[in-house]
Amino acid sequence: MTTPEAASGGRLPLEGATPADRQSLIRGARLGTLVLNGLGAFGLLAAVGFFAPRWLTYLITMSAGHGLVSLGIVCLMRGGVVPFGQGMVFAIGGYTAALLFNKLGFSDALGLALAGGVLATLIALPFAPLLARYRGIFFAMLTLALSMVTYGLGMKLDVLGGSDGFNVGRATVFGWRPPDAQVGYVLYLVTVGVATVLALLARVYFDSTRGLVTLATRDNELRVEYLGGSVRQAMMINFLIAALCGGIGGALVVLSLGHIEPQFSYWTTSGEFVFVAILAGWQSVAAVFVASMVLEVVRSFSSAYFPNTWQLALGLFLLFVIRFLPRGIGSLWIGRKR
Amino acid sequence: MSDAALLEAQGVGKRFGAVVAAADINIGVRAGERVSLIGSNGAGKTTFVNMITGYLKPDAGHIRFDGRDITALHPRTIVGLGVARSFQIPQLFGELSVLDNMLVASACQGTHMSYTKAARDAAAVARTEALLQRFALTEHRERRVSELPGGVRKLLDIAMALTVRPKLLLLDEPTSGVSAEEKFPMMDTIMAALGSQRDTTVLFVEHDMDIVERYAERVIAFYSGRIIADDVPAQALATDDVRRYVTGELLQE
Repeated sequence: MTTPEAASGGRLPLEGATPADRQSLIRGARLGTLVLNGLGAFGLLAAVGFFAPRWLTYLITMSAGHGLVSLGIVCLMRGGVVPFGQGMVFAIGGYTAALLFNKLGFSDALGLALAGGVLATLIALPFAPLLARYRGIFFAMLTLALSMVTYGLGMKLDVLGGSDGFNVGRATVFGWRPPDAQVGYVLYLVTVGVATVLALLARVYFDSTRGLVTLATRDNELRVEYLGGSVRQAMMINFLIAALCGGIGGALVVLSLGHIEPQFSYWTTSGEFVFVAILAGWQSVAAVFVASMVLEVVRSFSSAYFPNTWQLALGLFLLFVIRFLPRGIGSLWIGRKR
Repeated sequence: MSDAALLEAQGVGKRFGAVVAAADINIGVRAGERVSLIGSNGAGKTTFVNMITGYLKPDAGHIRFDGRDITALHPRTIVGLGVARSFQIPQLFGELSVLDNMLVASACQGTHMSYTKAARDAAAVARTEALLQRFALTEHRERRVSELPGGVRKLLDIAMALTVRPKLLLLDEPTSGVSAEEKFPMMDTIMAALGSQRDTTVLFVEHDMDIVERYAERVIAFYSGRIIADDVPAQALATDDVRRYVTGELLQE
């Protein structure tokens, strides 16, 4: 990612500026750089998707949707906790989009994605103060318990389609219903666009003062409290951000998949999100989506060419990453500075 | 120096099972004072510091700071009132750089916490740079804290405490683990960084009596959770109780 100075050709007009003007110029340049990076990434992916075969755009769509859930996990990992139950918010987002579509006839893809994220956040809200008190395996198992309760509800409640789940029709975009030939690409653009926006927001958050305090919390909670920071508040906020990302990811995946089932909340699904987060590391936002793509590719090709052994391939790959890139693949380009 | 007591402990007591860590402690510290807390290991010095900062709650008595009862307050609230501390074993963020440690300290003050404002914002960096310079830490600015030598970590620990611009600064053994030749330069650095304005009242726990004599204006000596001396250094260190229970001079005789 380019720096503000580099983005302005290395010549920010700082000489002679007052400190306030200087601040404003640097902030403006930083924001401009970020937006340019985002637009560039989206433009590139849009072009790639236009020419790519359908199976590839589908893989990238799934990677972006699933990657959003793992992005939420990375938010929590930066504070020192790893949830084993993000399948819960993934499923809530998916069921919200599917039910709104099927029961209320609301079909706008962006609206459904937002609704999925908001409802997942609202459901996570009452649990946030409780979870913010736990660390390590206790935090992980509590989130796992919540996701398994969601799985149980999905299996038993008729309104959620029981163990078979139910199908979801074709989404619209701002009232436009894409034709058959274009629907995959349109949903690809929506998913990649939403993922790009959330990735940029995540970068801003990670680089912010709150983002830095979250990193410090992972290192030394006691000192954060003795400096006047609230560790519990930081944990709660990260949990809610993770819920928002997971819910949006769930909704987007359901719209492209056209189907929702309780498996969305099963512990193995949550495990895959953790796998991606560990693969990515906690330094780079882009790495989350790269790792998510790696998982989808390994899963797809292993399933096609080595049936029933893709978990083996995945396990070996994770072992390799933990051994040689303990800070995740993001450390390949972020380095060891944070 | 003001006559009004900035910190007041009234009848403070604390037990850990059968061990008396504090018994009827009554202390008043005026704004601007430089006070040293001395005593042998287990005498109750750190327990007293922990009670002031809210880490431990007293079993009896009250602690007032700046006219407000802080006995039952959360450590974070007490920090907000203007009490900061450093630790005997420096409590730092080992994975972050020196500058980032300082920026965390700065960000933890409510007004600087933001979801969008960059942590390495030029204004925030400039604020912390000044403090880094006062503590002679500028050359270590981008080094990871886990790679720093002990003395530098101690200084950083104290510099971070000062970031919150405290009215009361508690230093828990600021020179422990530092070599004999580094102790005085280190204390000189700390005192110089505090400045001559006396805006910050300092209580420091110390075992080295040379340090106490040179840098303290008042000495409070603890033994078995009780105060056995409270005077200017020359007087306090000359009392029989201090010579017997703290410095051990009478035992040697």
